[in-house]
Amino acid sequence: MCDSCGCAGGTDHFHVSGSIVRPAVSGEVKVLRAILHENDHQASHNRAHFDAAHVLAINLMSSPGAGKTSLLEATIRALGARLSVAVIEGDLETENDARRIRAAGAPAVQITTGNACHLDANMVHAALHKLDLHSIDVLFIENVGNLVCPAAFDLGQHRNVVLLSVTEGDDKPEKYPVMFRTADLMAITKLDLMAAVGDFDPAVAKTHFRELANPATVLEISARSGNGMDAWIDWLIREAASRRRSRSAQYEVAHG
Amino acid sequence: MHELAICQALLRQVLEVAESRCSKRVERIKLRIGPLSGVETGLLKSAFPLVAAGTPCEGTIIEIEDIPVRVRCQICGSTSQARSNRLLCTDCGTWRVTLISGDEMLLAAVELLDAETSNKWERAHV
Repeated sequence: MCDSCGCAGGTDHFHVSGSIVRPAVSGEVKVLRAILHENDHQASHNRAHFDAAHVLAINLMSSPGAGKTSLLEATIRALGARLSVAVIEGDLETENDARRIRAAGAPAVQITTGNACHLDANMVHAALHKLDLHSIDVLFIENVGNLVCPAAFDLGQHRNVVLLSVTEGDDKPEKYPVMFRTADLMAITKLDLMAAVGDFDPAVAKTHFRELANPATVLEISARSGNGMDAWIDWLIREAASRRRSRSAQYEVAHG
Repeated sequence: MHELAICQALLRQVLEVAESRCSKRVERIKLRIGPLSGVETGLLKSAFPLVAAGTPCEGTIIEIEDIPVRVRCQICGSTSQARSNRLLCTDCGTWRVTLISGDEMLLAAVELLDAETSNKWERAHV
């Protein structure tokens, strides 16, 4: 019998945070666990909060200046009363983005990360308790503008949306595969600037995106002109509806 | 540079293992990392000593097993090695493949010194 817990696993193991760890000879202890296990655990907890309140949580990522906040402003206005939106804003400094979201008509919580180049599940947890989740259909978590670091940290979101603005170049999915591989939707933004940029080809961006074995939807949007916004709004409404359906189906299975 | 945050998470887990075995000295940490985890292994190795200073992980050797990117084709079923930004089937060329390895970021094992040796180590270094 195990000394630390009395379980029937024998004396050749001990317990760390609920996992069984077995020491091998010569002082080597096998662990085999995700390095970001702690963050993953907190992210699952966040997801449980969102699920309990039937909230669709979206992690919005891009390089700085790709138009995340502008897309959110246009989204809040276009949705009107169809879905209620709230936003958690992540930035190194300033409340500027949260102010813009509030001016567009949605509640916003600003996280200032100081020097951290990404949001993590703990920061999102602290922020989500400042929101009334039960009055929200869609929660956008606007990550720190960065195409590298945010990809490594699960926040508890249901969907990853990655923006690629036409001014950045159509080879970004090829240069930043970790970020674009996990996208559930890629939005090509600032479409109104495409003629001025001259050498951005959406078909090339899409090919690089597919070469990451990613079958996700690709949309072309201009938040400024409104071009392509309908398809984006339709996608959001479908995703929010399927989340509510899957939750009520789970409830029926659990409670008959 | 999210490697610093990853080092802090790694250190917490390793210290937990060391404490639970009453070890004051971690000799070696073994990791398994694939390129699609987004971790730069060189940065991880150079950042770890910064977070580990003054802990039982000071001077610990970090050993990283690089995990190759491998995919299985959803069309023809063959498995092949791939580059991080070209996840294609080498047999039929399709992008309709499933990643089977290459996104790992795992703490595989921790090598601890026994109490007697770790006391000696401490006397020699403090």
